[in-house]
Amino acid sequence: MFRYTYRSFGRELVVLLGAACFALPLYLLIVMAFKDTPQSIADPLGLPSPFEASNLKSAWETGGLTGLDQALVTSLVITIGSVLCLIVIGSLCAYAIARRPSRLGTALYMLFLVGIILPLQLAVLPLFVAFRNLELTSTYPGMILLYTGLMMPFTVFIYTGFIRALPKEYEEAAQVDGAGLLRTYVRVVFPLLAPVTGTVAILAGLIIWNDFFVPLVFLSGSNKETLPLALYSFVGENTSAWNLIMAAVLLSIAPILTFYLFAQRQLIKGFAGGLRG
Amino acid sequence: MFFLLAFHVVPVIIGGRYAFTDWNGLTDAQSVGTDNFRDLFKDPITERSLWNTLKFAGIFFVAVNIIGLALALALNRTLKTRNVLRALFFAPVVISPLAVGFLWRYIVDAEGGLNELLGTLGLESWQQAWNGDPTWAMWTVIVALVWQYSGLTMVLYLAGLQGISDELIEAATVDGAGPMRRFRRIVLPLLAPAITVAATITLIFGLRLFDQILAVTGGGPANATETLATQVYTQTFVNGRFGYGAALALVLTLLIAVLSLLQMVILRAREKAM
Repeated sequence: MFRYTYRSFGRELVVLLGAACFALPLYLLIVMAFKDTPQSIADPLGLPSPFEASNLKSAWETGGLTGLDQALVTSLVITIGSVLCLIVIGSLCAYAIARRPSRLGTALYMLFLVGIILPLQLAVLPLFVAFRNLELTSTYPGMILLYTGLMMPFTVFIYTGFIRALPKEYEEAAQVDGAGLLRTYVRVVFPLLAPVTGTVAILAGLIIWNDFFVPLVFLSGSNKETLPLALYSFVGENTSAWNLIMAAVLLSIAPILTFYLFAQRQLIKGFAGGLRG
Repeated sequence: MFFLLAFHVVPVIIGGRYAFTDWNGLTDAQSVGTDNFRDLFKDPITERSLWNTLKFAGIFFVAVNIIGLALALALNRTLKTRNVLRALFFAPVVISPLAVGFLWRYIVDAEGGLNELLGTLGLESWQQAWNGDPTWAMWTVIVALVWQYSGLTMVLYLAGLQGISDELIEAATVDGAGPMRRFRRIVLPLLAPAITVAATITLIFGLRLFDQILAVTGGGPANATETLATQVYTQTFVNGRFGYGAALALVLTLLIAVLSLLQMVILRAREKAM
């Protein structure tokens, strides 16, 4: 086991001090969320007394147009639906690109790369108009379709890099044994992709879950609000009631933080690995 | 393939075309040639947001990379609390940027956490209306951003640092290289790939900034923190000027394309040179 020397102890102390400063905003967030209004103005820094859980309750019930509980469901449906579509279509697409040695494969790959760099702002406008005409705004299928399309280049990019490094022997063996193309893919290739599927699920899931711009444009004023959108409208209605706002912020980030507590290692690994690609 | 065409290529082309019309999103669009661009460059807000976009991206880029690297170097040593600290520093990365923005809006509010803290420490004279002051407002957004994303660059640099073998460092120490020299001659060159990744990501993040600005300052005070991205949203979806908004978006797109290309060339050359 590692033992402190004076130097390493001092070093650790400095780092811990930095960490304390870093954690200060989180401390403020938590204590503010549980204060009653007089204390939130008179004494923002101290521990809450009396301990006021009703902030959370009112934020939970009145957050957004439908309450945060409904927003949570909306966020979950959209995120999970989009991630599933991305994994199924994206991995198939990448498989076709990676295993096609011709110039067409490379050209397609480059095209997808361009799709990653182009900013959302320009594409969002025509998409918004098209979706409005097709009456797809503020529907689950519409949002899932939208995110699947928007995140597809990124997904294909990560998958393609991984499949290219995968030895072809397994697939060839399966085909010798008489498995068709699709069967080879489902039974042999897809299971081999498990680690990268995890990375895609984590990265795409987080991006979609936390996204605010797309819901702001496509879901504003509808009865389907994602968590960030509901938080946004809640803050608009409760300007300067900081204890209520902090309660809503706390609630809106609670699901993802809980998830992070349990899957912290995998999440960090997913980021470090996926973004390096 | 279909998705790519339907969601990226076609919309960008159509969006590009809108830029030359006076469309308001409802009635038929009339072609107005390059009028939108002329208006755009006459409007002082555009110039301001263009500068702000570059300033935000530049300062954020430098700060988040330096702090992330410093955190990574600190945590790469043998510390007892290393895993806990890594988890703590990374935590803001997973939270929604909007929520982080609102948290910081409270902190920098005139009646908010930072001023209260300064008061408690007996530094009343340092108290400011941080987000109400045009000079400070930009910094409040940047601090929030750096707080959120330092953990991300830290993780990327940590992964790079772990690929550097201890023997190499020891050999250099035996040969008489001091800590500064070891860092510049060995660690930094070997980190080049990690630097490329972190730099690319943070540059694109910096140019696309939207959520945090909307949450912390809402573009104000007096447009001091408007960027191209917030202007695109305001002009298009709040003011209903679809054509004008598309023109702005086109400017932003070109800016991002040019800067990322430039960066790619520079970083590639650097990686090779080292």
